[in-house]
Parts: sequence; C-alpha cells; structure tokens
Amino acid sequence: MSDALLRLEGVNTHIGRYHILHGVDFTVPRGQLTMLLGRNGAGKTTSLRTVMGLWRASKGRVIFDGQDITQLSTPEIAQAGIAYVPENMGIFADLTVRENLLLAARQGDLDTARLKWIFGLFPALEKFWSLAAGSLSGGQKQMLSIARAIVEPRKLLLIDEPTKGLAPAIIMNMIEAFRELKRSGATILLVEQNFTAAKLLGDSVAVMDDGRIVHRGAMAELAEDTNLQQRLLGLSMDAHQ
Amino acid sequence: MSTAAASADFTLPKVKTDWLPILLVPAFMLAALPLVGDPSTWVTLTVAALAMGMMIFLMASGLTLVFGLMDVLNFGHGVFISFGAYVSLIVLVPLADWVEAHNVWLNISVLLLCVLAAMLVTGALGWAFERVVIRPVYGMHLKQILITMGGMIVAEQMIHVIWGASPIPIKLPETFRGAFVLGDAAMEKYRVIAVVLGLTVFGAMYAVLNRTKIGLLIRAGVENPEMVEALGYRIRRLFVGVFIAGSALAGLGGVLWAFYRQTLTAGMGMEVNVLIFIVIIIGGLGSVGGCFVGSLLVALIANYTGFLAPKLALISNILLMVLILLWRPQGLFPVAKR
Repeated sequence: MSDALLRLEGVNTHIGRYHILHGVDFTVPRGQLTMLLGRNGAGKTTSLRTVMGLWRASKGRVIFDGQDITQLSTPEIAQAGIAYVPENMGIFADLTVRENLLLAARQGDLDTARLKWIFGLFPALEKFWSLAAGSLSGGQKQMLSIARAIVEPRKLLLIDEPTKGLAPAIIMNMIEAFRELKRSGATILLVEQNFTAAKLLGDSVAVMDDGRIVHRGAMAELAEDTNLQQRLLGLSMDAHQ
Repeated sequence: MSTAAASADFTLPKVKTDWLPILLVPAFMLAALPLVGDPSTWVTLTVAALAMGMMIFLMASGLTLVFGLMDVLNFGHGVFISFGAYVSLIVLVPLADWVEAHNVWLNISVLLLCVLAAMLVTGALGWAFERVVIRPVYGMHLKQILITMGGMIVAEQMIHVIWGASPIPIKLPETFRGAFVLGDAAMEKYRVIAVVLGLTVFGAMYAVLNRTKIGLLIRAGVENPEMVEALGYRIRRLFVGVFIAGSALAGLGGVLWAFYRQTLTAGMGMEVNVLIFIVIIIGGLGSVGGCFVGSLLVALIANYTGFLAPKLALISNILLMVLILLWRPQGLFPVAKR
C-alpha cells in the first residue's frame, strides 16, 4: 500500500521570469491521503499545476504510476488517471450540475451506481441536478467540483484547498466526504490551509516553504508536535482548538 | 457506502432566467409599430429586418464562438463571407438553366448546391486560415488584429484575381422572386425563406450546443478552456473544429447575403464585418444566444431607422451598441469568463 503513485524529483518551475519551485521532491503513496501544507505563496498550488502540466517544469521529473509525465500535455496527464480540483473550483457556471458531471465522464454516460454513491456524499447535487452550477452556493460548488473529479474512478485526485472560504458546518461535511473517499481506496494529494482538517484526514504530509519541501513524514507525527508545527507553519495554539 | 450529508447547505438557489434581453426584440417591434404608422409597412419592414437578422446571425455565430473559445480576435472573418458568396458562382454559372427554370425543386436544388459548395470551400479555407494565419499569434491580440486584417486584404485580392474586380450581378432562382402578399403587406419570398433557414440553423446550433457532448465541450471551453483540458479533452482540436464550422457558417451566410443583395463584390465581407462585431459585442462575446438576439436587434433598428430617419441609419447600430453596453457592459448575455 505504501509504494509511490506520484513522485516529484527535483522539480523546478518558472512562471514568466519568476522562479517558483526550487527542486521540489516528494511522493504520494498509493492508497493514502497526502497533505501538502505551507504558508501562502509557498508553492503548493504551483506544485499541483506543474503535476497537471498546466505549468511546465523547467527542470526535474514528475513520475506518475511509473511513467514520466513531465512533458505530457494536460489532457494526456488527465487521461493517464489524474483528476484535478483547482483552488477556484473550475466549475462551468453556465452548465447544469448534470452537464458538469457528464463532461467529466470521459467514458460516455454517467454510471448510475457511482452517481448514487456521489449523491450519498453530496446530497445537494441530486437536489440541484438540473440547475446551472453558477447558481449554487459556494459549498455546493465545491461539492460539484469534487464530484466531477470522482465521477469516474481515477488513480489520483489532486485537490487544492477544498475548505477555503466554506462555513464550518460545510467543512465538516467535506471532511466526512474525504474520509469516505479514503475508505474507497482513493489516492489523494490535498493542499490545505486548514490544519484541523489536515490533522483529521492526512496519512502523510509534505510541508513547503519558499518553493521547497521543508518537511516530509507521517501526518500523525506533525499533528502531535506543536513546536514543529510552529516552526514549519507558523501555527498558533488557536489552530489546535 | 456511508452518507456525508451536506444538509447545512440546502438553501434552494434561485434559477435566474434572463428574459429582459429576449423581450427587447418584441419590445422593439411593438415600439416601432406606432412610429411607422401603417401596419402593412410595419410588417414588410419587420420581415425584412428578421431576414437580415438571421443572415447576420449566420455570419456572426462562428466568430463569437471562436472568440469565446480561444480568445482569438479574428478580424478576417469577412473573408469567409465573401468567399462563400463568390463560390456560389461555381454552381450558378453552369446551372443557370436551373435558376431560370419554373420548377420549384430545381430552384431549391440550385440554392442548396450553392450553400453546400460555399460551406465546403469556406470550411476548408477556415482550416487553412487557422493553421497559417491564426496559430502563430495565439495569445497576442494586437498581432491577431493585424494579421487577420492582413489575411482578409490578401483574400480580397485573391477574389479579384480569380473572379475579377467588377461587381457581379446574380439572380435569385425563379421560385424565390416576388413577394407573398398578406392584405396590404408584401413580404419578399426570399426574405421569408432566409428567416426559415436562419431559424433552422439556430435551432440546429442550439440542439448541438445543448444536447451533445461536443456542444457541452464548446460551452465549457468558452467558459474555462484550462479546466476542459484538465478534464482530459484537447481544446485545440475542439477549437479547430469550431473554427472550421464557424467559417462554413459564414460561407452559408455569405451565400444568403449575396442573394439578398443580388450583387457580388469582393469587399462585401469586409463591409459586413463591422456589423458582425457590433452584434457579437452586443450579444456578449462567446454567447450564441446573445449573438442571435443581438443580430435581430441590429437588423430591426437598421430597418426601422432606415425608414423613419434615414439620416440616422448609419449611426443607429453604434448608438444601439453604446446604449446596451451602458446597460450591460459585458453584453446582453455575458459568458462567465476564465
């Protein structure tokens, strides 16, 4: 269960003339939920976008399921089995909930059994099935963006700050949904600023700062070591309430 | 599998159907009735405007999708209109007898053959135009404007080389000449046919965009092309397909426009280009529905103003665009953008 499904080896990424990632190395073990933590601007989103090929690695390699995907195009990377939920959710506001999901089902029609499972995770989607996604609330949009990533089985889910801007009750719903996804055997790389959510969900963790990985290990270890949290993430005791 | 209920987030969202822009069309028509005075004149003007609107829609719909999907400003779109119109000569010259024949089927056949030839040639031309002219300047708006206008000038000169510089008169097939008379109102047969054709194409486009996966991809791509790629679809292929389809539609519009004017000139595409840009700006860049409503509004105001205040006819469309943009700065149906 612990072999690496995704491995970044010395990845450097430039955006224009800015050097954002400086030799990023980390792995995402198969069947685990790996948290990618760090302060704002640490390079977490850039790392996910580099894996997806939305920004090109200028140096280093991205290995997915034994295949070097560094030079593949974004659609090829998606077809290889990686689903991506961006920070802004990336839902298609003019399309209905159904159409958003249908688009993500590359095999053709929606699988009824899987859809039923998704409705179990996110009942709001069933209720608002025929509504334009743009008319959903922020939490519902986030549910839709995650549902879109899992509408067909994918080998790896890259999810960028799913709890950002959501009400506490919705965050708890989200955490429950991720637990269910973990139970289903999904491999997930989750970028998160909410340390409480990270503690509850993460199996392993990588912490970034200034475009570099500054810590790797088990989430449980980081969750127990407040000094390490303080040093790596600048967390105050409030985060542990 | 357990349930993670999201019950706390169950406020029913309101579905917003934006009727106002759609209602503008009948409102314009009704407002013009007392100004025009004579109902039969009003019917004639309105049918003429609807026909003109449908033709403008056919010519503009491809351009609005091209802009929405790939952020490409194609100022050379008029090329496909002019070429479409001239390609109809390939059919009209050898089949001149069919044009004059008092036979409905021969007349319809010659029109359909003109449309088919125009769409095939302009579709192929669109494919070449995208590869040679557009592809090197993706993401560079200024260069897009310059190179596509340059491409249009070159294409116009090619028309001069192939078909000559003089205007070429063309005749409507026999069946489409004359008018239907309803009471005191006369409606030119060809204009009625143009309305029917335009509505048919709009219906087909609507069905494709709303009921097929390709249509879903186009609508999603207009809104967020990066996310479409992240879902595993090659947006570039989609764009080339839309560009070809848009060019072919412009060719179809060109044929109808040519029969409407009954004269071919190399500059006819460039002349109508301004009108097309007004329409897609009014409608909301990337919105086919907006393009449809915008085309009708532009045609209605052009026809009514032409009758009521001919001196204002030239500026009426610009005025309409200014007023609509003051009301809705992103057009009647703004497409949620990246």
